[in-house]
Formats: sequence, structure tokens, C-alpha cells
Amino acid sequence: MSNLLEVRNLNVKFRIDGGKIFEAVKGVSFDVPTNSTVALVGESGSGKSVSAMSIVRLLPRETAIVSPDSEVNFGGLNLLAASEQKMRDIRGKEISVIFQEPMSSLNPVFTVGDQIAEVLRLHTNMTRAQAWTRAEELMAEVGIPHPKSRMKSFPHELSGGQQQRVMIAQAIACEPKLLIADEPTTALDVTIQKQILDLIAKLQAKHHMSVLFITHDLAVVGEIADHVVVMQSGEIKEKGTAKAIFEAPQHPYTKALLSCRPSVEKRPRRLPVIDDFLRPEGVNQANLIERKRGYTADDKIVLEVKNLSKHFSMREGFFKKRDVPAVKDATFKLARGKTLGLVGESGSGKTTVGLTLMRLHEATGGEVFFEGVDLLKLSENDFTKYKRRIQIIFQNPYASLNPRFTVGQILMEPMEIHSIGKDTQERVNMSMALLKRVGMPEVSFYKYPHEFSGGQRQRIAIARCLTMKPDVLICDESVSALDVSVQAQVLNLLQDLQDEYQMSYIFISHDLAVVKYISDQVMVMSEGAVIEVANSDDIYLNPQQEYTRKLLGSIPKGWQGVAAPAPISA
Amino acid sequence: MSAVLTNTPTAAPLHQASPGLWTLAWRRLKRDKIGMVSLIVVVFFLLLMLGSYAGIVAGNWSKEVGVSYANPSFMAGAENLDAVKAKVDANAEKIPYVDLSDIDPLAPRYKEWEERTAKIKITETPRSDTLIFGGDKWGRDVLQKAIKGAQTSILVGLVAALFATVIGTTLGAISGYMGGKIGDFLEWFYNIFTSIPYILLILAFAAVFSSSPSLAPYRGVPMVVAILAFTGWTGIYRLIRSEYIKHASREYVKAAQAIGATHSRRMFVHILPNVSHVCLVQLSQHVVQFIKAEVILSFLGLGVPVDSVSWGTMLAEAQSELVIGKWWQLAAAGISMAILVTAFSMLTDSLRDALDPKIK
Repeated sequence: MSNLLEVRNLNVKFRIDGGKIFEAVKGVSFDVPTNSTVALVGESGSGKSVSAMSIVRLLPRETAIVSPDSEVNFGGLNLLAASEQKMRDIRGKEISVIFQEPMSSLNPVFTVGDQIAEVLRLHTNMTRAQAWTRAEELMAEVGIPHPKSRMKSFPHELSGGQQQRVMIAQAIACEPKLLIADEPTTALDVTIQKQILDLIAKLQAKHHMSVLFITHDLAVVGEIADHVVVMQSGEIKEKGTAKAIFEAPQHPYTKALLSCRPSVEKRPRRLPVIDDFLRPEGVNQANLIERKRGYTADDKIVLEVKNLSKHFSMREGFFKKRDVPAVKDATFKLARGKTLGLVGESGSGKTTVGLTLMRLHEATGGEVFFEGVDLLKLSENDFTKYKRRIQIIFQNPYASLNPRFTVGQILMEPMEIHSIGKDTQERVNMSMALLKRVGMPEVSFYKYPHEFSGGQRQRIAIARCLTMKPDVLICDESVSALDVSVQAQVLNLLQDLQDEYQMSYIFISHDLAVVKYISDQVMVMSEGAVIEVANSDDIYLNPQQEYTRKLLGSIPKGWQGVAAPAPISA
Repeated sequence: MSAVLTNTPTAAPLHQASPGLWTLAWRRLKRDKIGMVSLIVVVFFLLLMLGSYAGIVAGNWSKEVGVSYANPSFMAGAENLDAVKAKVDANAEKIPYVDLSDIDPLAPRYKEWEERTAKIKITETPRSDTLIFGGDKWGRDVLQKAIKGAQTSILVGLVAALFATVIGTTLGAISGYMGGKIGDFLEWFYNIFTSIPYILLILAFAAVFSSSPSLAPYRGVPMVVAILAFTGWTGIYRLIRSEYIKHASREYVKAAQAIGATHSRRMFVHILPNVSHVCLVQLSQHVVQFIKAEVILSFLGLGVPVDSVSWGTMLAEAQSELVIGKWWQLAAAGISMAILVTAFSMLTDSLRDALDPKIK
């Protein structure tokens, strides 16, 4: 098989603040064969996106330096040496790109029809009318219903999945030979992700394109890739056919990546992390023993929620207001030392449930019993002493820590507010102990949040909650923004803390595999309503509701050669 | 902020304080050549201001040390009618008196008067023909006037900007954080305020302040400061409000709410340090703006009183002098203002770059 694209010895450096140089990509070489899908896999900072963007020369010109002996051969032409004029011809016609965020990649002031037709008019000799007709065909091809009327829609009128379809239509408009897809499904819900992956696979086969697929998610890779390139900190760790990578990974990093992501089938006591694979003695087998999950009859109930509902009012017209229900009559129980998983697609109201429990949103109706007291009926003053008992960890560790506070200030603030510890010295000692407990060095006490990575920041956020020794901890997508290897570490930490302090978790996530791993009971939500609540093994093996089946069916299966359960048909 | 930073634990291992925002900003500012030069100029002006406040420099700006409209010393030979007249007057004394004693009825008393006059000593400082940067109508040194004027102008600019920033930040914080009815009310207030043309608003405030007898002791510099602060907070209010709206929904503020922090704690302990760079940049922008505004006010006669001097009063005087070709007072006030304002603006730009948290 001939190669469509050959990347040879690619070196990319960035000038960063203070005249320093950061090597993002170090001597990377790989091929994209004709008519096949190559996946570029790696965690954040691995250089996968930088490699892909340097192929089409879309890196920021002021800061990025591509070393002169790097080569990107595309049909006999070295793209890195080609003229800007030539590159403009190639981009969009021969090679096209789809990005992660469809909303920010589409221009909000033009209709989607215009934007697809624009590509055609730039690269072909089509007239306005011809381009418009062709754009309409493309809209139909990528599966947008009623393409004729949708052509005149503005991007914000389409859903996220439809926007990504428009981006794909734009990308394949000129029948490119190579499609670069940079995390095209990361921002989408799991059901939409499946549709988009299927669409890309279908178009690849139909148009005999090659696809360079960039992702951090190995499960997605297993579904669509023929070849896999694994990258870590700017270097290729392993490359080969998908079969080789998934069935016989050679490099410890690849092995780690494959196993630190929780799967729907297995539930080890602790998730293996990258360090386990780099150690000579390997993974501790004791940690791989299955953990039993589920509520039992003698569980003590900590939190009982009855008919919780929350409506947001939206202004409509001049005087009218419309009630939008975000949560409708949610009823569930949380047992001591157990985890309740909350899953659902975006807009299902799962986060609202968490925020309403903590009274960060005022509930519209319902009761929340904690130690026999209805938390929602308490006055603001009476509720203060319960506040420390229920705590929350937010999704984005970059946003949830005040950037102007040192870690010490962050940890000691809740203790000061709730008068925990008798003086500053005692609080300092307690903070130091907690930092150690979550696996952070004590020096961190004097540092600012921006000096830490995402995983470390999430540990700090966890430590902040622990200062108050809460009974209930709400984890609102707390591991979703983290890389898979870091995700495993944080999940392990949460599990250890639960075993140690007998805390109860409400674990909110869109990631069905993670929820399956960590939860005893799972509650599925859709459009504000609770669809199904059951023990997690029951719900995954034997879903009762149509919606749950559809949701579970959309989980990327990963490499089908490994262990593929019969797909649950929707 | 809280007492955490001051009470450094003694038992702390490996105490290595990390550079905070201000340290990092200072490092970035030090790398910015234009910013550093501007900073030096601004600091020089501030020192000058302090010096003149303490009376070290320009202490006798109000002494009439030169002839009226004395020439600058670098153009000593230029025509100066007043200098000529002074010479003529001096020569006139040498002309002998015409003796009219036989017909003058007061003649017998002249001797007595002369004796009495002799007892009174008259010392007249010799008036110099030229001064370093020329003199004004009364022969005062223009250079000293410009320095003394700088004191007034910078003081007015700084204090008024400080007050305006405090007013704007407080109202903006309340409006942006609280939102709802309070936010609406403040927005309305702001809109009414900004719907009036700026100069008209200043004039209205000036008219009210200067006609009220109870405020009479505060006329002059305090009144100018008050007028500028009460009219100038609007832009700051607007910016801070938008920052607060943005930050109020951030997760770290929600996290603070979750741990039980009160509203005022969230507003001023959590959010304020995160928008402090906006306040600082606004502060320095308004210093520039208010220095210019003071000049306009004084030019219009609503500014500092006649017995003190500011760049504005100098420019107002220069209006009539320019007609008779005495340009140096205008030049002195104009040039010093231009240098300070330019340096301050560039410093503001550099500060904004250095404090921009996005660069981090």
C-alpha cells in the first residue's frame, strides 16, 4: 500500500514566556497510508495536535518553530517548504481539518449553507447556484434532516452534533484525500459521538479518503482506526496496526493507557496507573481483584431525596415568563460509604441535582432529608452548620481554585469559616497532613494553583473538601477534564478516601464507564427526569428502559478483538 | 487577605514562597523598556511633587523675582519693553529736582517728611531681566510655577482617580455580583449619569458645589477633586461590573459558596484580588484623564483658586500672553503636562500587559 502522507523527523519548538524554548514535538515520523484511518493517541501535552497542525501549517507563526530538516511529504510535495499560495490551495481541497469545538469553528454570522458553499467556491469553479446545490447534497450526505431548509440556519440554531456534521460537510466538500480530525467527538455526548464516528467511518470508505484521527480516547480509536500512533511528551512511544497495539502492546506506556481507563466489563479494586507499568515488578495483582458493588439491605441511609424538582424561569417576550423544568421529581437514597452515580447527556439535569442538594440553586419543590432534617426547609443560618457536611468537587480544577490564593489559604479558609481547629498553627498542621494524604508534597502549601497540573489541582480541591470532613461528597464531573492516567489516580484516591472515612459520594458524570467503575448504584437521567435507578451491575447488564439501552449501546466498544460483549441493540 | 501569609508557621519545612501575581508582573514590567522609562519619568514627577509639597523646590514660586514678562535666559537679547521701562525708571531718579519751594505751600514740611521717610527702610529686591524659563506678568519664575503647578495637578489627578476608582469599584462590584433589582437600579443610575454630556455634568457639579455656603471652606483643590471623582467613576463602574458578572459565575466563587463563605467575603476576598489588575489600570488611566480635566476646569475658571497655581491656571493666563508674544508660560505648562501624561499612559499600557493574567 502506498503512503498518502509521510511525516519524517518532525521537530516543533515553541517560544514561551521569558525567552525559553519548549520542545513540543521531538523527531516524530509516521505514515498515513492511502485509504485508511490512522489514530494519533496521547494525553494532553503529548504533541499530537501540534504534529497534526504542523502538517497543514496552522501553527501560530510568531511562536512556533518547525526545524528545517523536518519533512512532511504529501503526494511528492514537502508541505513544510511549500509556498503560502500553494498551501492555501491544498488546505480545504486536498487536506481538510475538523476541530473539537464545532460551535467556535463555525462563523456565527453566516448561515451554514453559505459556509459550506464558500469552501466550494474557493476551490472549484462552481457558480454560486451550483455550489449551493452541491452544499445541499453534502448536508444530506452527512445526515442533517431537511437539508433544504437547514441550509439557511445559523450555527446556533443547530445542536452540537448537527454543527459537527456541518463541519464535516464543509471538510469533505472538495473531496479531500486526507481528513484531519482533531478530537472531533470530545465535546459531544456519547450518543452523538457514536453517530459522528459512524459517519466519519462511512465517508472514509465511500470517498476513499485517509483520516488522521487525533484523540485521547483509546476506546474511540479501537472503533475506527487501522493504524495507531501512541505519543507521549512529544515522542512516539509505539506505532503499529490497531490489532498489534490493542492485542500485543509492547511499550509500558501503551499498556498503561490501555488498562488505566476503567472498562465496563471489569472492576479492579484499584485502577492500574502508569507508574505501575514502569516499575520492574509490574502491576500489583492484589489490586486487580474485582470489587463488589451495590447497595445492600443493611446499608445506613445518609441522604434521602424525595421528589426534588427545580425549575428555571426564562423570560419570553416582554412580560411573559416560562418555566423550564431542569429536574423533575427526582427521588433517590444515598447509603453511608457508598457511591451513587448520576449519568445522563448534557442538559439532563444531573448537575442541577447536585447544586440543588447543596442549595447552590434554590429548589422549586421536594424534600432532602439528612439526619432526619429537611435541608431545603432550613433558614440560611441554620443551614450553615450543615454546609460542611455536604461538599462538592467541581469539574474544572483550573476554574474551581481561586488563582490569587495560595494553596494554604485555600485549605485554611473553610476551617476558619467553620471554626475547625483551635488556632492558625493547628489549622496549618491539619492542612499539611491533608496535603500529604492526597499525595501532594507539603511545599505545595505556599504555592499558587497555577503552578500545578490538572490532576494535582483536583487533589487540592479534594483536600479542601476534606478539611470539613463531610459526610456526603458530590463529585460533579470531577474527573472528566483529566487525562486518562491522571483520571485513574484521582479515582483511586477517591476510592481510598471513601474506604478510609466512610464518606458517601454522589458521582455525576457523562462517562458511563467511569460511573460503572466507581458506583454502587446508578441513576440515569434524561431531560430532567429520572429514567432508572438500580445497582450498577444490574443496570449495565440488564437495563430496563429504552433510553438506558440506547445510552449504553453508544459507549465506544474499543477494540472488538479483545473482549466484545454482544452489543446491546437500541 | 487573611492572616495566613503573615503567620508563617515556624515548623514549616522548606519554606519557599512562590512568586505571586505582583512579583510576576514586576518581573514582566522590568523586561519592558518603554514601561521602565515611563516609570522613571512618573516617579521623577512624583518626587518633584513631594519636594514642592515639602517646600524643598519651588518654595518661592509666588515671589516676583523678575521684571514683568522677563525673557527666558536662552533668549536674553530679545526685545522686552518692561525691562526697558524698568531701566528708564531707574535712570529717572538721577534727574535733579526743580526747586519750587518758594511757591509750594507744603515746602516747610518737606524736611520733616524726608526725615520720617528715612526712618522707613525700603529694600527692593533687584528684579532680574531674564529668568531660566522666563517670567509671567508679575515677574514670577515660570519654571517654579510649572513645578508648583505640577504639585496641584498631580495631586488632583491622583486623589480624584483614587476616589473615582473606589466609587466605581464598589458600585460595580455590588451591581455585578448582586444583579437583580439592585443591579438594575445601579444600571439606571449609571445610565442617567452618562446621558448628560460630560462637560455639562462637571459644570453642574461645580455650580452646585461653589454656590453652597456650607461647602465654602472646601473650595479650591478639595472641590475639584470631589467634582472629578463624582463625575468620573462611570467608566470604572462599567468595567468592574462586567468583570464581576463574569467572575460571580466562576467555579471558584461557587466553591467558596459551597464552603460557606458570606456574600461580602466572596465579593471582596475572593473576586476582588482577581479583578485588581483592572482597578489598577483604570486608576492610572484616570489619573491621566483627571490631570487633563483639572486643566480644563481651571482654564474655565472653575478649578483651583487664583492664589494657587496649577497647569490649568497657567494655561488660562497664557491665553492673553500669547497675543503679545510671551509664549513661555504656555510652553512650560504644556510641555510638562505632555511629558507626564505620555509617560503615565505608556506606563498604564505596560502595566496592563504585565498584569494580564492571560499571558501566564
